[in-house]
Amino acid sequence: MSKMQAVEIRNLVKNYPGVEALKSINVNFPAGKITGLIGPNGSGKSTMLKSIAGLVQPSSGEVLIFGERPGRKTKNETAFLPEINHFYKGMSIKQVINLYESQFSNFNRERAMEILEFMNLKPEARIKNLSKGMVGRVKLTLTMAREVPLIIMDEPLSGIDPKSRAQILEGLISEYDAEKQTIILSTHEVLEAEKFFDYVVFLEKGEIKLQGNADDLRAEHGMSIQDLVKEVFE
Amino acid sequence: MGLNFDATKPIYEQIIDHIKKMIVRGELQPGDKLPSQRELAKDINVNPNTIQRAYREMELLELVETRRGMGTYLKEDENMVITIRNDMARDAVTNFLQEMVSLGYTGEEILVFISNELSNKKEEEEGHDV
Repeated sequence: MSKMQAVEIRNLVKNYPGVEALKSINVNFPAGKITGLIGPNGSGKSTMLKSIAGLVQPSSGEVLIFGERPGRKTKNETAFLPEINHFYKGMSIKQVINLYESQFSNFNRERAMEILEFMNLKPEARIKNLSKGMVGRVKLTLTMAREVPLIIMDEPLSGIDPKSRAQILEGLISEYDAEKQTIILSTHEVLEAEKFFDYVVFLEKGEIKLQGNADDLRAEHGMSIQDLVKEVFE
Repeated sequence: MGLNFDATKPIYEQIIDHIKKMIVRGELQPGDKLPSQRELAKDINVNPNTIQRAYREMELLELVETRRGMGTYLKEDENMVITIRNDMARDAVTNFLQEMVSLGYTGEEILVFISNELSNKKEEEEGHDV
């Protein structure tokens, strides 16, 4: 079970005009674990996550989600949290929840309302009146309320105040079901997030520079993931 | 709760140390049931997989046993408290000695240093009574 892979990536290349975003990546994301995808801006984190979510078409190579190529089936099994604020500004949180419920068959409304309360958010509040931290909490709520085996989060902590960051990580860990779910999360906030990671994948300039079990890396190098990454980077 | 992790060391080992300290302080006793992995994960705000690894490791160390469908229990071993306490004391002393040796202290100097510090501490405490 622990050897099972949720996502397998083979020789994945993604080129944009004039940019090699991913240079022949080979990596597995273990099932039932939380993997932190870390790396500086422009390292290809977002492109990698989007190719797993089936939102970006690879230039070459292969992505398998539970053994299948991205498509209708895998999209239904994957919850993707985008970095941008993708909500209609005029909607209330409750209306967004209604929309999600109508869009996704595996959306658990009851659970959404519970997480919302845990996140200190009122369903009547309108998206346009929310701070960036609050929007971040809404995004987490909607993602974790989907009963899916694979959850992908693109920078859920980026540009968010420290208190909301702590709430998001706490909500994530308390809602996470290790027996049924795999989480892949990209972030710059290594120091805050690293204690929640089982696995770490460090990406730089479209290449994987480091990967492994977080606690094993700490034991091996006698330093935090944050410091280890700095060392590899420099 | 109230657990501050040191990011430079494996977190599962810090959870084991946390539980060992509870045993030494008598907050957990031989034969006691440990909180479920999920409960503890929520309680100390840690990835449930890390708790699972800590429990698995404690089983290998023969500190705990898992009873099918019932949960994880501390072994019924009366010597456990003494053994853990001695082990933790030995670790603390080993670390201390390493540090002192790296500062260039000899064995005798270390002994003198300790006994001076102990008598200073004693005086301080007695001074408070006056």
